[in-house]
Amino acid sequence: MKYIDEYRDGEAARRIAARIAAEADPARRYSFMEFCGGHTHAIARYGIGELLPPNVRMVHGPGCPVCVLPIGRIDLAIDVALSRGAIVCTYGDTMRVPASQGLSLMKAKARGGDIRMVYSAADVLKVAAANPAREVVFLAIGFETTTPPTALAILGAEKQGLANFSVLCCHVLTPSAITHILESAEVREYGTVPIDGFVGPAHVSIVIGSAPYEHFAEEYAKPVVIAGFEPLDVMQAIWMLVRQVNDGRAEVENQFTRAVTREGNLAAQRLVAQVFELRSSFEWRGLGEVPYSALKIRPAYARFDAEQRFGLAYRPVPDHKQCECGAILRGVKKPADCRLFGTVCTPDSPMGSCMVSSEGACAAHYSYGRFRDIPVVAA
Amino acid sequence: MVEKLEGDQAVVDLSGVRKPVSLALVPEAQVGDYVIVHVGFAIGLVDPEEAARTLELFAELEAKP
Repeated sequence: MKYIDEYRDGEAARRIAARIAAEADPARRYSFMEFCGGHTHAIARYGIGELLPPNVRMVHGPGCPVCVLPIGRIDLAIDVALSRGAIVCTYGDTMRVPASQGLSLMKAKARGGDIRMVYSAADVLKVAAANPAREVVFLAIGFETTTPPTALAILGAEKQGLANFSVLCCHVLTPSAITHILESAEVREYGTVPIDGFVGPAHVSIVIGSAPYEHFAEEYAKPVVIAGFEPLDVMQAIWMLVRQVNDGRAEVENQFTRAVTREGNLAAQRLVAQVFELRSSFEWRGLGEVPYSALKIRPAYARFDAEQRFGLAYRPVPDHKQCECGAILRGVKKPADCRLFGTVCTPDSPMGSCMVSSEGACAAHYSYGRFRDIPVVAA
Repeated sequence: MVEKLEGDQAVVDLSGVRKPVSLALVPEAQVGDYVIVHVGFAIGLVDPEEAARTLELFAELEAKP
């Protein structure tokens, strides 16, 4: 397909790899965090790690919306479905996220909960219109890319007079998560998680623009290069990061100029600002409570807020003791460091959230990377 | 994007698969434009000139050893 295939040319990838190898200073190490799960997936799928010289290392970030959703949030959705008899609609990946008592939305569905997978927030309005006698709750998750569609759904429900529709809002914000990582002990006490720069998200940046990253580049002296999701985009972004580090620069650069502008999608930003406001704190799996890192529904639309409508109270629940998702989401550990990886925890039967979505570091490594860990031995 | 429908709706062609999408977030999109689709919503447009410029950068790497 146009605008896809050209950015997957293996020969060009090798040429960029040769440039990176030539320009990376062998006397130093380069660690770059790809914040976004889309990049984690691309890096695993196209073997980008193997194309890089040994002193250039990629650290997976927490930008996988399904992975950072804590158990307590899924529990709320299950409660609404099983105890309150509501129809719960959500995106496909969310269905298999492990919750309390060995449940997930998928298992709650098997117990009789009316839980439905939707492709788009607009589909939920159709479910609500078709079931006027039932409560219909949209478990809305995701970063800045899925928030505008949720805003449109709420405005659509208002326009259509759908009194039975509400949203369990779990939308989170990219910039505050990056700040949180930069402020974490692992990063500040240089050594446990060294980060020399960030590969900035593709689709999130289409919506928010490149300007919100200027703060990190300046305040924390960390280069940010926004990159597209194709392998050549990621390779070029890594090359640009190596150059910034070599030159001692810390700037926001945009590799994904074909879709990202400095100001982003203003129409989408206006909709989000109309319907949502900042939450003072939100729990992320792996990162814990992060101040001002998520959105809630504005009081003007309170009747569409499932938390208020059902009087839901959030209760934090710790992850399974053996699960390393938290450390993996902070970039402290790699999937293969987890004892559950590939044995008890697989994409078919995930124990932790990073194994659920294809964007999760564990699922990506399971699908594409796990055989690379095994040395090839001649027969 | 291959067809504009009623309201904000449109049809996109993904390598021959036609799919309905909403243009509510990119009302300026026209038939023939390439849109970036996320959960059933077009969230942005591909700028053909910038796309060509990025590809030129890749091609230049070949010319300069």
